[in-house]
Amino acid sequence: MQRPDMSVVLAGIQMRNPVMTASGTFGYGAEFADYLDLESIGAMVTKGLSLKPKAGNPTPRIVETPGGMLNAIGLQNVGIDAFIEQKLPYLKNVNTPVIANLYGNTLEEYGEVASRLDGLAGVAGIEVNISCPNVKQGGIVFGTDPGAAKEVVSLVKRNTSKPLIVKLSPNVTDVVLMAKACADAGADALSLINTLTGMAIDLDRRRPVLANVTGGLSGPAIKPVALRMVWQVAKAVKLPLIGIGGIMNGRDALEFMLAGATAVQVGTASFLDPSAAQRIAQEMEQYLAENGIDDVRSLIGALEV
Amino acid sequence: MQFKSMVISNVEVSPNYFRMRMTAPQELSSSVPGQFVMLKVNDAIDPLLRRPFGLFDVGSFVPEYAGCGAQVYCEILYKVVGKGTKLLSALHHGDLVDLLVPLGKGFQMGPAGEEKVLVGGGVGLAPLYYLAKELKARGEKVRLFAGGRNRDDVLCITEFERLGVETYVATDDGTLGERGFVTQVLERHLASGMRIFACGPTPMLNAVAKMSQKHGVPCQVSMEAYMACGVGACLGCVMKGANHSDETPDYRCVCKDGPVFDSFELQWS
Repeated sequence: MQRPDMSVVLAGIQMRNPVMTASGTFGYGAEFADYLDLESIGAMVTKGLSLKPKAGNPTPRIVETPGGMLNAIGLQNVGIDAFIEQKLPYLKNVNTPVIANLYGNTLEEYGEVASRLDGLAGVAGIEVNISCPNVKQGGIVFGTDPGAAKEVVSLVKRNTSKPLIVKLSPNVTDVVLMAKACADAGADALSLINTLTGMAIDLDRRRPVLANVTGGLSGPAIKPVALRMVWQVAKAVKLPLIGIGGIMNGRDALEFMLAGATAVQVGTASFLDPSAAQRIAQEMEQYLAENGIDDVRSLIGALEV
Repeated sequence: MQFKSMVISNVEVSPNYFRMRMTAPQELSSSVPGQFVMLKVNDAIDPLLRRPFGLFDVGSFVPEYAGCGAQVYCEILYKVVGKGTKLLSALHHGDLVDLLVPLGKGFQMGPAGEEKVLVGGGVGLAPLYYLAKELKARGEKVRLFAGGRNRDDVLCITEFERLGVETYVATDDGTLGERGFVTQVLERHLASGMRIFACGPTPMLNAVAKMSQKHGVPCQVSMEAYMACGVGACLGCVMKGANHSDETPDYRCVCKDGPVFDSFELQWS
């Protein structure tokens, strides 16, 4: 029997399989080169980039919780200039699409970072973070108000000719409303979900564990919430979706595809298993082969309700 | 590299402190003292993340089975503090764990002929034992200053002594060695021509770093931090570099840039 066709096209980005790495969990790619074949995965998403380098939050920044982890890194990154000078040359030599994740402290900064990335060879698309729960400006403000989201997505759209992915926050009453606003504003694809706001408390010290007090919850603990949101958005919006949230193995990834995702992002799993993205793609292919499914695309939105 | 490792032994060496020996890949025989492993205790999602452990020892042995060649092993020293280490302490010979090895940058041993001064407390003694072994193999003079809250925190001192290391001990409650902080004992002995290697609780390292600066003695510290990945991606384990400010951020990853730093590289409180 022929090997199953694992390739997908996401907003014009050709990928060898649906497995991407999630922003902030895969560094700038090179960190993982010793542990997996970067040319075995569908696409890589960079750490979130801002106009200027960003220091991030004080420590402790992470803490493990049952089935997950909280992080409040605070978008520490090298900044757009250093990314272009130091990180992109390496990535250009890897035959896998690179998606640059970006955010701004102000509306204008979103536009500026997008336009700086626009002409760059080696950047296949951009993912706009309007949903980081750990910084005061940028991020969550735009991610929880449909009007603000529309404004920022329209601005980025005017400043880029690259495929535009918008990453949605789950910390809203109605994710469909946000998805529709981003679609109306010109997004080419949506990725969901970012982390869920949470906190951990040290009883004996009577203090929050994280220096930032609250953080973003990720890992297997959030998978049911993520599946529900992908399913809801898939029913309401025509755009291709990227499912994110606690994907640990091939079965998890395929569940997101049934719910309506064209591709998936692997995040927290890469922390405990640095070869997770490659392994998950292999497990997906194996499931298809074992079940006589010859094209992974046939599973997109194939959930029977 | 990622390695499926088999537990060889797992012994409680002091109340709540364990020493575990496990098989290791051939590559680990060229590891450097101060480097660490990330260990996943089982395949479950709780605990989810790996745990970092400094290498206590690396060596090789010939298994008893017929026809086996030499097998590399490594050892870690750990304290049971939470769910992950509790599960770890229940493992027996033959159980499997998953390792990422060897990670981070280790100690630089410095020129021959200096006196090498090791300062540690609790599980901070782990990388110092591996270091002492390598230094003694080079014929160096090595002194150890070990501290803890009480005698239970002062681990494996006889192992150090067996290597020929001169040891000084201090405990907060005086149950072993001098009563007081080990840094006070250290200060009485510090002199030029020494090189300090320290690993232990951050307040202790803070004191040692300042003391080394005052006496003009070079000092390396091995830091401990919460970390998720161990490979420089999660940015959870960062420390402030000496020149860090909000305007010009200079964060160092304990996992990738460390865990061993020259003390002047970091910002101390």
